[in-house]
Amino acid sequence: MATPVLDKADAAGRPEPGFADSPYITVTFRVRRFNPEVSAEAVWEDFQLEIDPKERVLDGLHKIKWDLDGTLTFRRSCAHGICGSDAMRINGKNRLACKTLIKDINPEKPITVEPIKGLTVLKDLVVDMEPFFQAYRDVMPFLVTKETNEPTRERLQSAEDRERFDDTTKCILCAACTSSCPVFWNDGQYFGPAAIVNAHRFIFDSRDEAGEQRLEILNDRDGVWRCRTTFNCTDACPRGIEVTKAIQEVKRALITRRY
Amino acid sequence: MSTTETPASGVGPVEGAPVYTVDSPAPLIEAPRKRTKKTPKSTRGNFELAAWLFMRLSGIVLVVLVIGHLLIQLVLDGGVSKIGFAFVAGRWASPFWQVWDLLMLWLAMLHGANGLRTVINDYAERPNSRLWLKALLYTATVFTILLGTLVIFTFDPNIR
Repeated sequence: MATPVLDKADAAGRPEPGFADSPYITVTFRVRRFNPEVSAEAVWEDFQLEIDPKERVLDGLHKIKWDLDGTLTFRRSCAHGICGSDAMRINGKNRLACKTLIKDINPEKPITVEPIKGLTVLKDLVVDMEPFFQAYRDVMPFLVTKETNEPTRERLQSAEDRERFDDTTKCILCAACTSSCPVFWNDGQYFGPAAIVNAHRFIFDSRDEAGEQRLEILNDRDGVWRCRTTFNCTDACPRGIEVTKAIQEVKRALITRRY
Repeated sequence: MSTTETPASGVGPVEGAPVYTVDSPAPLIEAPRKRTKKTPKSTRGNFELAAWLFMRLSGIVLVVLVIGHLLIQLVLDGGVSKIGFAFVAGRWASPFWQVWDLLMLWLAMLHGANGLRTVINDYAERPNSRLWLKALLYTATVFTILLGTLVIFTFDPNIR
């Protein structure tokens, strides 16, 4: 027995834990299906899967798409919580499918999966993200400086200055926050939490010089003053950004003009 | 246009300039908040800021005014049974209570009206229903404030 083999468990006379009984459980995925080429109505469709509860909702969706119904449509890219493609409404709460474990969301009951709210559904779980990204572009999410020449050396910044906006640099633009906001649901003109978070990231950056301009943009009728501090965005953020706090900081900066 | 490829949205051609040039090898970014005919007009000025701040400040003042009012009217000195024409006439003889009630009237009405304005903004979906609800709200507010102010200043204790 020079090579390690799997029959070690048999040699010991009892099965290795975890091998004897299957870790797989049967889970029902209740997915909101919509295909404009077939019907104008969105319908719930149930899928039964055998899945390890330690797997993620995204793995379940993959199983459905690869083995059960290839027409199921959803976005995903990196599948590791960084690209922000697979935000969806799972059991009524906005989450990333790739960061939600089956065992954490009560697999005994059917797991509902819907597209995020407030944006036009294109097919199944895919929504039109354009209004979301338009609001993002509107706050000028890039470094603006007054000097016209190319810098000859790195723009340095102290650790404290960097710390000031550290929280809001974590945003992955998944739209979980914006599409959990009741104000955004009703009025897509509202900038939404994600755009304000990304404005915050530059307003409080000591290297940036367009803070005043960004504050003026967010002082608009559809800017930060429409926030009702319901904290849905903070609850929804898969990156744990304190979104509502960032919005409040922008409000305070607008009133005191200090940032 | 010197390039023929269609740029992705958001990385559109800036008017008159090609997407890529020798000087800017990266695609030019379209001017932010580009206005189209469908874009709602942006609101200049600080009205929303002022309204937001007013809600907080008037709220704080109203806590004192309203709790004081309720204590005097309903709890202290015999409670609600003491209230009558004479009681009101006696209080409004003093300018202090006149100012107290006037302040409470104005702040409460404006606070409530502004709150309802935001509720209408949040919940009324069609522009027409917004318009009519707000028209009704503003009319009721102005009427109540003016009538209340008139009564406080022209109250006649000797009316028969």
